[in-house]
This record gives sequence, structure tokens and C-alpha cells, in this order.
Amino acid sequence: MMNPVQPQACTILSVKKESVHEWTFRVATDAKPAHGQFMQLSIPMIGEAPISVSAQGEGWLEFTIRSVGKVTNVIFEKQAGDTLFLRGPYGKGWPVEQFKGKHLVVITGGTGLAPVRSMLNMLADDPDYVKSVHLISGFKNEEGIVFHNELEAWKEKFSTIYALDNDAKEGWRTGLVTTFVKEIPFDSFGGNYAVVVVGPPPMMKFTGLELMKNGVDAEKVWMSFERKMSCAVGKCGHCRIDEVYVCLDGPVFPYTVARDLVD
Amino acid sequence: MGFSLTPAQADAVLSALKQDYRVYAPKRFPKQGRYSDTDVIRYAEVERFSDIVWDVKSDYPAKEVITPIQQAIFYFTEDEYRASKAKTKPILILARPCDINAQHIQAKIYAGNGGYEDLYYKRVRDLVKFAMMECNGGDDTCFCVSMGSNRTDDYSLALKFSADGVQVQVTDDAFAPYFAGMAEADYAPAFVEENQLKVTVPDLDDKAVRLALKSHPMWKEFNSRCVSCGACTVACSTCTCFTTRDVIYGDNPEVGERRRVSASCQIAGFDQMAGQKEFRSTAGDRMRYKVLHKFHDYKARFGERHMCVGCGRCTHRCPELISISATVSKVSAAVEEIKASMAQQ
Ligand SMILES: Cc1cc2nc3c(=O)[nH]c(=O)nc-3n(C[C@H](O)[C@H](O)[C@H](O)COP(=O)(O)OP(=O)(O)OC[C@H]3O[C@@H](n4cnc5c(N)ncnc54)[C@H](O)[C@@H]3O)c2cc1C
Ligand code: SF4
Ligand code: SF4
Ligand code: FES
Repeated sequence: MMNPVQPQACTILSVKKESVHEWTFRVATDAKPAHGQFMQLSIPMIGEAPISVSAQGEGWLEFTIRSVGKVTNVIFEKQAGDTLFLRGPYGKGWPVEQFKGKHLVVITGGTGLAPVRSMLNMLADDPDYVKSVHLISGFKNEEGIVFHNELEAWKEKFSTIYALDNDAKEGWRTGLVTTFVKEIPFDSFGGNYAVVVVGPPPMMKFTGLELMKNGVDAEKVWMSFERKMSCAVGKCGHCRIDEVYVCLDGPVFPYTVARDLVD
Repeated sequence: MGFSLTPAQADAVLSALKQDYRVYAPKRFPKQGRYSDTDVIRYAEVERFSDIVWDVKSDYPAKEVITPIQQAIFYFTEDEYRASKAKTKPILILARPCDINAQHIQAKIYAGNGGYEDLYYKRVRDLVKFAMMECNGGDDTCFCVSMGSNRTDDYSLALKFSADGVQVQVTDDAFAPYFAGMAEADYAPAFVEENQLKVTVPDLDDKAVRLALKSHPMWKEFNSRCVSCGACTVACSTCTCFTTRDVIYGDNPEVGERRRVSASCQIAGFDQMAGQKEFRSTAGDRMRYKVLHKFHDYKARFGERHMCVGCGRCTHRCPELISISATVSKVSAAVEEIKASMAQQ
């Protein structure tokens, strides 16, 4: 019998410090996740944590992890050459096929950039996949900024607005991401667009409302959720909201579903 | 095929069955009950016919045989996860119709949801056959008829107990040899057709009504009444949730196990993510979450039927005397109120 929760030992290839509390771990694995899917990372004797795939290549995946507790703190003690256990990929990622040939708007808050990073890199490499990419990325402060190199590179490929919540930074804007939604030229898209939103729950809620205020079609908006998970395979019940399981039906949901879910 | 057995004959059959099956039934554990000097009745392997408690409902459900309150799922050393092994001897569970129906409900989650089959559930469930205990009517917390879980045809044996012994119907030929030479009898099981308690589950199909219900003040009552102990979940025939926990053996930090432990959505922290605020931070929020799962969400996902089988065990175990049937009635009243106010607008 197959065991869907069996972790596999994988070797850490490199560790990159994005910020003080957010590091990217590149791990050797043949897993081929879809953009926006997640894996369960495991440390024996400590536990497991669901983490989004933040980049992928031949024979490796990257995870950008924030150290916040038991498992993630111990992962931060690991170095290249050490072992990390993985299982997955799990869940439903971004409906990338549906974005083909459209104007794509991506709005992220903080490390919410991680679950869209692999898709953005794919779009940067394949500029004809979509008509255009408009990226709004907000961070709490300078220390919270992740993926510095990519943010720079994407400036050349996409229409970008980068912002800090309260602080000033050269070339950056100041304010919450919601403030900049009205600058996206939705009218010029002729209805041919899709919007992707990822960040902390309040950020997604208010961004959704702001998009609606700007006349955006709810059916064209997608969001990615984070909820407590223990199994990632629809068994433990921790991630359930109403009749939906975030680990199975999400983490990516159409806004028309996401907006009515009540925890 | 039917038989009538004296207690002595029933003991002989049980001994023979136990050669081939692990036989589980409700059993009395003296003085382990909720109040001093009360007993607790829960599922365990039975040795003798007289071990089987048939005259009253068990405090705890049959699910414990298949999904124990805790179990090791992996053993590990620093570089390996090895799945725990399970016993392979077949299992015979003596259970009332509500408990048998509850297994069909749990299977939708453990063996179906998302297309994933849980190894730890499946490998035990595949060994299980049921001996249905004809129910003598339950007690004043039961409402199986309202939930449509009073009947079942998933059994290899049907049993009707009395002080004089047991009548048996054999529906699975594999069990016929155990009864060879016993007095034949014309027995077919009867099912409970009416409970003292009747529950009408409100229609929650309308999304607007459901959303209004979630923010209805009725849930606030539980903030002061429910102590979030989770006793209702442990007693529930159909609750499936669990948490995964790693433990180290003694003082050797190199070896240990990954354990699966039952979890309750009624206990604070069930939805807590590191560094974030809880989504359901009050007992009322958590009650709303449980009640809607049992009486709407499960059915909305899996079709067919509601999750609750109406066994009444949660009502029976609650230290705060919170009754699930009374709660559903309050939901019905709230829904009526919501619909009336919507009609006025
Ligand atoms: C789909 C998804 C994608 C995610 N992507 C990312 C990402 O890309 N990057 C990122 O940094 N984070 C991500 N997260 C969040 C991340 O999963 C959590 O931050 C992480 O699980 C925290 O784990 P921890 O062990 O470090 O924290 P803790 O909260 O200390 O521990 C969590 C673990 O310990 C257990 N636990 C917690 N409290 C107790 C207790 N009292 N008793 C027993 N056990 C307990 C939990 O069951 C769990 O296994 C994602 C979450 C989801 C759902
Ligand atoms: S919710 Fe209560 S009545 Fe319903 S199945 Fe669970 S324990 Fe039985
Ligand atoms: S309803 Fe009763 S048994 Fe359940 S958590 Fe609340 S107080 Fe405990
Ligand atoms: S994480 Fe266990 S059901 Fe979704």
C-alpha cells in the first residue's frame, strides 16, 4: 500500500539568506511541482511544516522559509550537505494555463512573494506567455525585503511597483499595496486579464475589496491561503474551512470561493 | 441462516472466533467513569460472552478500534522514517447500526478525500467485519432515526442479546462454520424506528442564510457555557481530526517516533499557525465550526448524508450539559429568524 505521508530524505544544496528571518534553502529532489504548490518539510524528532515551492529547476527545488517556531527554527540550523525530509507536492497551484495570453496582475505582501516566485521566473523567461505582467510587491520594512536580485531583474521585464508600508526607500514607494491598485490600467486590458493576490490574511482581504472597488471582475481574481496543516492530504482536518480543505482544494482559490469562506 | 445460543454456547463460539479474529465489543471498565463510582463502557477485546455490554450504549465509539486515540505512524533514526507495522489478524467488531454507519462516514475522509487513501486507516479497516448488535432503542440522547443511521446492511452477523443468550443471523458464509451444531432459529434483526428525541436538521443550502447564521448571536452563548475541553470530540462516533507529533524516546535524542494523536476543533489552538492570530478564538466560534461541519459542510462536500449519526454520545459526555440536539434546534430557530428578516427586506 502507498503511504501518502512518507517523507523522503533529501540533501540541502545551498542556503541563501534573503533577510534576517527569511532564508532560501535549495534542496535536491526530482519532485516536479506545479507553480504555487507546496511540500511538507520534515525534521525527525521535531515535526513537519508546509512550505511553498519558491523556485524550481532540474533536480532541485527552493523553499523560502521564515523562522517562526519549532520546525522552521531547526531548519535554520541546517547547512548545505545536511538532510531535510520532503513529501509532496500537494494542493492546487496557480491556474497558469488560464493566464496564457492575458494581462497578469500580481499583488504580494511580504513573503507572499514566495509562492508566486517560480511562476514569475517562468514568465520572465518566457515573455510571450502572457501579454504583460504588472507586479505590486509590498514589504513591511527594508529588513523584510526578500529576493533582492529577482526584484531588480523583474523591473526590466514587468511593470513593477515596489513599496514599503511606512518607510522611504530610493526607487520604492511608501504605502500599503492596496493604495497602488488604482494605478493598474485595468481599463486598457479589454477584459483580458487575471489577478493573483498573496500575502497575510488581512492584506488579501483588503486587496480583494480594493480590486472590487476598482471594477475588477471577481471571477478573474485568485488568492493563495495559508492555514494550519498537519497531514496535507485531507485527513487531519486542521486546514478545513467550510466544505473546503486548503491542503487539497487550495492553497490557491478563485476569489469567488475565497471571499465567502468563514474560518 | 439463524441460530439461538445459550450463554455457554455463545462463550464457545466466541472462543472459536477468537482463534481467527480479534473480537472487539463494548466492555465495562469499573470506576473509570466521569463521576466517582461510575463505570466507563468503551471498546476493547472481549474474552468472554459476559464481557460484552449490550444493554446500554457505550460511552465511547467503535471508531477507537480502527483509529486509536494515538498511534505511532513512523519510527525514525536520524536518517530514516520507517512506517510502523500493523497486526494482520482480522477484526470482528460488535457494533450498533449508528457505529457501523459512522465508519462509512469516516471512510469518506480517511479513504477518499482528495484521492488519498490513508495507509494507517486502510490497513486496519480492510481487516474489519461487523457483527451488528440489534439496538434495543438507545437512550434519551439518541436521534439516529432523524439522521437516517438507524439501519445498516453492512454486517456479517446480526446479534440480539438477552439475559438468556443471543440470537444470531449469519449473512456472511465465512462465519457459518462457527455455528455448526447450534440450535437453528428464525432470527432477522429489527431496527429502531423511532427515538424519543427527534431532530430536524435545518436547510442550510442557501449561501446567504448560511453566512448570516455564522455571525448570528446564538453562538455567543457557548463562550460562557462551553469550556473547550474536547470531551465531545473524543466521544463522537464520526470525528476524525488528528495532529501529528514527534516524540523522542527517553533521553536518547537520536531515536523516536512520529505519532498521530486525536485532535479536537473545540480546543483552542486547533487552527493556530505560528506567529499568527487564531481564526476561531472563542468557544462560540469553535462550536459554530463543529456544528456546521456535522450538519452541513460534510454533506456539502461528500453528498449523501450528514456527518452526525445521532448517537448522542457528545451530549452524554459534556461536563457542561451542552446538548447537540438542543443546539441544532437553536440553529433551526436562528435560521427561521434569518429567513423571516430576509423576506422582509
Ligand atoms: C500552503 C502553505 C504554504 C506555506 N508556505 C510557506 C513558505 O513558503 N514559507 C514560510 O516560511 N512559511 C510558509 N508557510 C507557513 C509555515 O508552514 C509555518 O510558518 C510553519 O508551519 C511553522 O512551523 P514551525 O514548526 O516552525 O512553527 P510552530 O508553530 O512552532 O510549530 C508548528 C508545528 O508544531 C506543532 N505544534 C505547534 N504547537 C504545538 C503544541 N502546542 N503542541 C504540539 N504541537 C504543536 C504543529 O502541529 C506543527 O507541526 C506555509 C503554510 C501553508 C499552509
Ligand atoms: S456529533 Fe454527537 S450525536 Fe453526532 S455523531 Fe458526533 S457524538 Fe454522535
Ligand atoms: S461542548 Fe461540552 S464536551 Fe464539547 S468542548 Fe464544550 S464543554 Fe467540552
Ligand atoms: S492539512 Fe490535514 S486535512 Fe488539510
